Amino acid sequence: MAKTLMKGNEALAETALRVGCRFFCGYPITPQSEIMEYLSWRMAEVGGEFVQTESELSAINMLMGAAAVGARAFTSSSGPGFSLMQEGISYIVAADLPLVVVNVMREGSGLGNIGASQGDYWQMTRGGGHGDYRTIVLAPAGVQETSNLMAESFDLAEKYRHPVLICSDAAVGQMVEPVTLPELREHDINKYDWALRGCKPGDEIRTIQNVYFLDEDYENHLRQKYADIEANEQRWESIEIADAELVLVSYGISSRFCKEAVRNARSAGFKLGLIRLITLWPFPVKAFAEVSPSTKAFLSVEMSTLGQLVDDIRLATGCAHPVDHYGSMMALPETKGIIGKAQAVLKKVSG
Amino acid sequence: MAKTDIICAGFGGQGVLVAGLILATAAMDEDKHILWYPSYGVEMRGGTANCNVKISDEEIASPFATELDILFAMNEASINKFEGRLLPNAYLFYNSSVVAPDRQFRPDVKAVGVPANEIAGELGNPKGANIVMLGALAKTTGLFGLDYLKRTVDAYFENKGKHNPKNAPCFDRGAAYVS
Repeated sequence: MAKTLMKGNEALAETALRVGCRFFCGYPITPQSEIMEYLSWRMAEVGGEFVQTESELSAINMLMGAAAVGARAFTSSSGPGFSLMQEGISYIVAADLPLVVVNVMREGSGLGNIGASQGDYWQMTRGGGHGDYRTIVLAPAGVQETSNLMAESFDLAEKYRHPVLICSDAAVGQMVEPVTLPELREHDINKYDWALRGCKPGDEIRTIQNVYFLDEDYENHLRQKYADIEANEQRWESIEIADAELVLVSYGISSRFCKEAVRNARSAGFKLGLIRLITLWPFPVKAFAEVSPSTKAFLSVEMSTLGQLVDDIRLATGCAHPVDHYGSMMALPETKGIIGKAQAVLKKVSG
Repeated sequence: MAKTDIICAGFGGQGVLVAGLILATAAMDEDKHILWYPSYGVEMRGGTANCNVKISDEEIASPFATELDILFAMNEASINKFEGRLLPNAYLFYNSSVVAPDRQFRPDVKAVGVPANEIAGELGNPKGANIVMLGALAKTTGLFGLDYLKRTVDAYFENKGKHNPKNAPCFDRGAAYVS
């Protein structure tokens, strides 16, 4: 298919349909509203169901029903609305159900504001709801990657019977870039033997529970599932790390500025590198095994005041290097600022 | 690195977002890296609208255009807001139909006034003032070939099922005005 110009949010919505998603429910909130707006007319064209629910609580629980019958289904929200969905996500994990939840991040805790930000990393990678769980989290940095990851998200969800979260942000959601979309296809809701069906007397009875912990071997099942995801699903992009003095670690909108920072710094003789996270969980620990002995420090670059990646970088590097943070929850990073901070960190380390 | 950063700005309804999308489409078809980003925030009806269009041979980092090569201003408020972001020797295209005749511009930029409202009105296509401006932009900057950008304009509206035969004359008159 030819390239076309699309907004990140609309490319995400269209891609979901093209890989067989035929059920969406959700509640509007900026900056994800284009997803709903788009699906409100487009879903009917492919024979699917679009429901604007009365709340985010309703949306996430309705979605659980769609997933339980084997449909490809997703919902989307942002910050405050995404928080409201956490109880439902916890139940969906407990029921081993595959579905996709999109969070187009906005700024701040509480109501916050509609601008781009990256403050939901901890919430999205640590579970977010109650109980002992994590979810797969995919973080696109542009429109083509939004489409690619949305397409893959349903496969991953079904592979592990587990929710997958898409971690977008207001900037990636609103930007328009060229994108090549996948071909339209249908998903067979009878593909999986666990999906619920009505049954006649005598037929096999299928059940989906939200309590499996009485089952023998439940904990081994859980341990194995998470271990498999961590072993198989780490995704990242490494740029110029072979001889880097300092390695930037970033994702989403911030990582675009990091790429430019690496280019500009290297043309001035300063050896910067970048590990761009594509999966936030599983955290791409494997990427850090490839870092060179010449690397003296790491710098997290994210739209966060507190530096939410910092601890995960320390863990991934066995606390072997200093890790600093550059970024604001309210402003996009600046390429010059990234390079300046990297130089200051190196000076401190060597000095 | 070859790059062109543009802001298209004006009142809501003057077609500035569409003008930006047409430029982005033309650049996409030439296999450039491009990024279009709308003004985003609390906007009111009748208020100002703008979009950032970035065209580059390399990957584009920021969605925002801060060092402009071209400002495409459909009203005076847009000049006030964005003139300061122009690089030296950059182009400032403005709709002279709605800008004070004694308006002063930065001496280090190339200001090009086009009476876009009058021309579009004369041609019976009052909503085509943005297309008049695109014609002037293409002719002056050479960013895109005249015929190529004119075809892109028509293709853009045809794709939306809104072909308007009066757009091409608007484009031509915009180009002729600056010749």
